[in-house]
Amino acid sequence: MRLMRTVGNWFDERLQLGSPIRETMQHPIPRETASWFYVFGSAALTVFAFQLVTGILLALIYVPSAGEAWNSLQTLNHQVTLGWFIRGLHGWGSNFMLAIVMIHMVQVFLFGAYKFPRELTWILGIFLLLMTLGMAFTGQVPRFDQDAYWGLGIGASISSRLPIVGPTVVKLLLGGPIIAGATLSRFFALHVFVIPGLLIAFVGLHLLLVLKLGINEWPMPGRLVRRSDYMEKYHQLTHTEGVPFVPNGIWKDAIFSGVILLAIAACALYFGPFGPSGQPDPRIIQTAPRPDFFFLWLYALLSLLPPALETPVLLIGPAIALVVLLTLPFFSGEGEKSWRRRPIAVLTILLSAVTLGTFTNLADHAPWSPVMDASTAAAIPAKFVTGRTPLEVQGALVFQSKQCHNCHSLGDIGGKRGPALDAVAVRLTGDQLVRQVLQGGGNMPAYGKNLNPAETTALVAFLETLHPSAQRPATDASRSDASLAGIQP
Amino acid sequence: MSDISRRQVVLKIAMLFNGVVGALLAIPIVRYLFSPVSQGRKSGYENWVPLGSLDEFPSGQTRLATYRNPIANASDGETADIPCWVRNIGANRFQVFAINCAHLGCPVRWFPQSELFMCPCHGGVYYADGSRASGPPERGLFEYAFKVLDGKLLIQAGEMPTPGFSAANKTLINITRQPPCA
Repeated sequence: MRLMRTVGNWFDERLQLGSPIRETMQHPIPRETASWFYVFGSAALTVFAFQLVTGILLALIYVPSAGEAWNSLQTLNHQVTLGWFIRGLHGWGSNFMLAIVMIHMVQVFLFGAYKFPRELTWILGIFLLLMTLGMAFTGQVPRFDQDAYWGLGIGASISSRLPIVGPTVVKLLLGGPIIAGATLSRFFALHVFVIPGLLIAFVGLHLLLVLKLGINEWPMPGRLVRRSDYMEKYHQLTHTEGVPFVPNGIWKDAIFSGVILLAIAACALYFGPFGPSGQPDPRIIQTAPRPDFFFLWLYALLSLLPPALETPVLLIGPAIALVVLLTLPFFSGEGEKSWRRRPIAVLTILLSAVTLGTFTNLADHAPWSPVMDASTAAAIPAKFVTGRTPLEVQGALVFQSKQCHNCHSLGDIGGKRGPALDAVAVRLTGDQLVRQVLQGGGNMPAYGKNLNPAETTALVAFLETLHPSAQRPATDASRSDASLAGIQP
Repeated sequence: MSDISRRQVVLKIAMLFNGVVGALLAIPIVRYLFSPVSQGRKSGYENWVPLGSLDEFPSGQTRLATYRNPIANASDGETADIPCWVRNIGANRFQVFAINCAHLGCPVRWFPQSELFMCPCHGGVYYADGSRASGPPERGLFEYAFKVLDGKLLIQAGEMPTPGFSAANKTLINITRQPPCA
């Protein structure tokens, strides 16, 4: 024990770090901030450090080469002892980091922490959010599989729509004319050197500001922030009524961080690593690329926006969002901090959460994607073909062989791109069905060129049978028999 | 005082000197970073590449073909093997479509029964001639310029087509300028 102290003193005489570290640990914090609501920032830092460690562990085996990356992932998954587990830790760590960063941001927003004098802390936080998203996006690429390959194509196609500089940006992004070795190498460099380096620097500044300006006090409804007297009041909260960060504040941080790391390990153990999916061979086109969980909302947005709005929304939307986030502390730097008296702030969070949640949920089903193998793999349920005339059954065959099933469902089987046809005969008369099939329209291709009259007749005869037994099919009023019309009440 | 100001002048000269050194070093670094763009401008990425003999593309059919990208490195592996759709209209007239959907670049698949190209990502659909049928794409499929040489089909390729990619759009204009087929 005495030896340890002697050695410690020897180092401290030279480094002189002991007293500043003690001072930092003992710095007073407002009493109420030793709370479970204040643990997310430290948890994000813990997971970031965890990602650095697991990332370095993966780099011991991984080969960042377009020809070898996929094989080295297989080696990690199947040959290296516990390689699959380290991959799982890094993959799940990424999901947890994004989630915690988002929760942290929502918490500081609802607690008014971005107001005077912590504007710069918030702005650095926005950059940290962008870098975390950048890490998540660039991290999909080193998992060099089909999703990564076609995902890069999507990234390139979006970038190419930038006015004037689009094609240049694409080549810089891909490192050449196509998605190939240079693309993987530069995303690897971004993911492993550039963005983590920036993250470390910005996290350092972010933390320095938290220490210099003090943690945001617990917001009390009616206790308004004013530039004139805030510092004085905050000094009172910390130096008169406050408690030291160690041990009063930090024990909750430590426990929460531990729980998060355990949760990451449990997910990695139970669910295993992410992918890789199929080989990144562009010749394998039997693939339906999907983005990672945190970009599913974007996938939905890209499918649901009207074509003409897509480019403006993609290019201008992020810029507007960024400007709003960065300037928030300047147009709302004073006043009420408590979310109890900031209904618009609460509504903004709720609306964002519901929007992102809805898009993510939709992207999970992807009703806008045709079911590419429905025409060969999904049979028409028997109830739609039993007891039908030969002509109608022939129509069902046309329905199947001409890929109608890829976009239209029957009995909830098949694509959801177009409307379900279970009761189409109630909505459209025979003539209207013929017109719709041959001319298309309403986002449906025209089939006039590749259906002969016999096929069209059979198909429409089949479609006319698609109505619930209790509901009459649609009829053309102008064609109905005049004498019958007279009899009906 | 004069001593201090002299040192300040020397310091300024030293900073200026470092600025000049930095700028000199920046030139090769920037040129290195922008090499993917400048290289394309110098010689162009596009080259004529053979897709195979004409027998592989029967008249009236649309078939998948692949080619090795004309600019490829040893480390590219399979990523330099690019597929495309070849449509033989008949009488040695072809249409060669890029595999990439004109919306966001996913691989489109050909369905010969309904004569449609469908995209698995966001549901873009194209007719047999590559024109847009439905879905989010704002235009038809990208086309490669082609020529027939010694019984072989060649296309001008080398760059991934994207909506903002000038060469793909240029090619499409060339094709529409061709006289209509008899």
